[in-house]
Amino acid sequence: MRSIRAAAVGAVTLSLALAASACGGGSSTGGGSNDAPKTLTYWASNQGTSIEVDKKVLQPELDKFEKQTGIKVKFEVVPWSDLLNRILTATTSGQGPDVLNIGNTWSASLQATGALLPWDAKNFGKIGGKDRFVDSALGSTGVTGQDPAAVPLYSMAYALYYNKNIFADAGIAKPPATWAELVADGKKIQAKGKNVLGAEGANVSENIHHVFVFAKQHGADFFTADGKADFANDGAVAAVKQYVDLMAKDKAIPKGNAEYAQNQSVSDFAKGNTAMLLWQSASANLKNQGMSEADYGIAPVPVQSGTPGAGAQANSMVAGINMAVFKNTHNLDGATKFVKFMTSDDEQKILNKAYSTIPPVKGAQSDPAFDTPANAVLKNTLATSAVALPQVAAESQFETTVGTAVKDLFADAAAGRTVTTEAVKAKLLKAQQQMPAK
Amino acid sequence: MTGTVRSDTAKVRSARGDFSPGAVRGPRRPGRIKRIGLPYLLLLPALLLELLVHLVPMVIGITMSFKELTQFYIRDWGTAPWSGIDNYRLSVDVNGPVGDALLHSFLVTVAFTLLSVGLCWAIGTTAAIYMQDTFRGRGLLRTVFLIPYALPVYAAVITWAFMFQHDNGLVNHVLHDQLHLTDQPSFWLIGDNSFYALLTVSVWKGWPFAFLIVMAGLQNIPHELYEAAALDGAGLWQQIRRITLPSLRPVNQVLVLVLFLWTFNDFNTPYVLFGKSAPEAADLISVHIYQSSFVTWNFGTGSAMSVLLLLFLLVVTGLYLLLTSRGRKTADA
Repeated sequence: MRSIRAAAVGAVTLSLALAASACGGGSSTGGGSNDAPKTLTYWASNQGTSIEVDKKVLQPELDKFEKQTGIKVKFEVVPWSDLLNRILTATTSGQGPDVLNIGNTWSASLQATGALLPWDAKNFGKIGGKDRFVDSALGSTGVTGQDPAAVPLYSMAYALYYNKNIFADAGIAKPPATWAELVADGKKIQAKGKNVLGAEGANVSENIHHVFVFAKQHGADFFTADGKADFANDGAVAAVKQYVDLMAKDKAIPKGNAEYAQNQSVSDFAKGNTAMLLWQSASANLKNQGMSEADYGIAPVPVQSGTPGAGAQANSMVAGINMAVFKNTHNLDGATKFVKFMTSDDEQKILNKAYSTIPPVKGAQSDPAFDTPANAVLKNTLATSAVALPQVAAESQFETTVGTAVKDLFADAAAGRTVTTEAVKAKLLKAQQQMPAK
Repeated sequence: MTGTVRSDTAKVRSARGDFSPGAVRGPRRPGRIKRIGLPYLLLLPALLLELLVHLVPMVIGITMSFKELTQFYIRDWGTAPWSGIDNYRLSVDVNGPVGDALLHSFLVTVAFTLLSVGLCWAIGTTAAIYMQDTFRGRGLLRTVFLIPYALPVYAAVITWAFMFQHDNGLVNHVLHDQLHLTDQPSFWLIGDNSFYALLTVSVWKGWPFAFLIVMAGLQNIPHELYEAAALDGAGLWQQIRRITLPSLRPVNQVLVLVLFLWTFNDFNTPYVLFGKSAPEAADLISVHIYQSSFVTWNFGTGSAMSVLLLLFLLVVTGLYLLLTSRGRKTADA
């Protein structure tokens, strides 16, 4: 009896040890292979107003690719709420797609995991060379000085969307070019009983995009030159305070927006309840929500003073989607061909038109479709006054910690508490302390 | 009740004694091994599945907690350096920012769990007792009461999230617009009120289970006890206190424990209600750990926190079972 029990205990222990050590292995095989030359799996990001729209846009193009190369692409459109988790899971298990879309701000963080194929000169050569891409878009593909972890696919920039009818009603002749003008116009708009500016106060990433640009306008940054977190410097504090003050002090952002995180601010704008909205490539979304293109105008995002430009005159992040190849792919050649296809001039024109984005490929930008007044603003912003988010490995942690701090500050403002410089500084210090020590 | 059960087991025990090795000692060894081995053989499939589904992930989780498993190493866990007890030290150092946040989250969770379990139990028991007497529409009411328990969690909580909205939510419409209880519409999904929003949803979701279990327990109380008590002049309250509650004791023991574990570990409710970053006032520990690992990509620290949570729940469960069953034994004796 006792010996049987001992044997059982031994067996259990042994199997546990085996299982633990087996799982510790992960997938250490380095580069990809060409074991499966006829198929590819592709994770697309959700660019259209719904996943169905994406499927309709992508399917004909993938059929075209199959006709050209004989490679069948199985694709899945992954919602934004899941995409990063899915990529992390794929990285951890080594079981992922061959090709995938990533938010361009994640480039450096994902690059650090080593899961993505580096785009060195040789790999770039296979898709026509690095020179085909616009510089600003290439600036958001990984840590400076390292081979990019991904190539740009769609580019976007923030713009100020304003409701022409509300502006006319309030007697405002042209969209505000500075924040002071925006606040002053806001008083006139409020007098007409409308909300001034929409925001997604509980959306961590949106918060980051805005406070980052505000920081630039205050001549500050959230990371030191050597990539260390520096969240609570005076410029950063002033930047966060200015953004939150749009609700707390200037009353431009309605209090209710403090809990928005599901693009409710876009719906508010489309319904004509809000006069202005800071958004990236909203045209397709607004159209889908029934807002006619004649009803709204698009202007550059305001700056502190003067006109948008480089340095402290920045007025948008470089927003966009990059395309990456998973290092563990079983069809390396096919994956590269697919990236070449998707970044070709013709495909770039088709896809970026469908998503109302700007092509990051020089050859496609010249198409007249990207010179409409709306696209001209976005294109000009990208070319002259957009800055890439910090290209450091800790970027995604920065989004979470600082984005949450801003969300909490909005909650305070919504509850009627005054947001002081000290309070902002304390929140940012706390966010910085949560960052990994190394 | 328990008395009869015990005498039964005693009988079984003595019956088995007749066939025990003493009686059949000696003869065929293989038969003995077969007899002893059979239960193990029958348990083997379950044991293997249990290993696969529960124990292996737990062991991996514990292993992870001793590693520095950040974004730089998740692709190949084997290369992640061992960090000893650094992750644990970081998690329990309440003077540091990480430990401080974990402690805050832990305290919020304890307060939330105590209130939620208490309310679930109280409402469930009250409803079950009222549903004991037959009246028209009892079946319908019982069904209606069970609806929150039957609904898929996500659908139900998303609906609550809509109702708690500041601008267009039903809750503010009733409390502020119609009843004029508040000076201005309140925020329920951000800020300090989020604790009460979370508690409301949790109780709404949890009490039907208590109701169901207590209702089943009530069926087992012999009706004669109440008749006898009524003859002796006991009122309703006394009947509940002297007959119902003591008879429900074994049921309640399990019920409270299960509710406690479910509520303490609840991830879906806060996650669906608040998203990836919960407000400080409603920062439940499960979401906090999720954030510490998935959102900041530090799986080592997240695992260490999970192991600490596991240890805490083990200790609480162990103590609870020890105390309640000891109490029962002395009560029986």
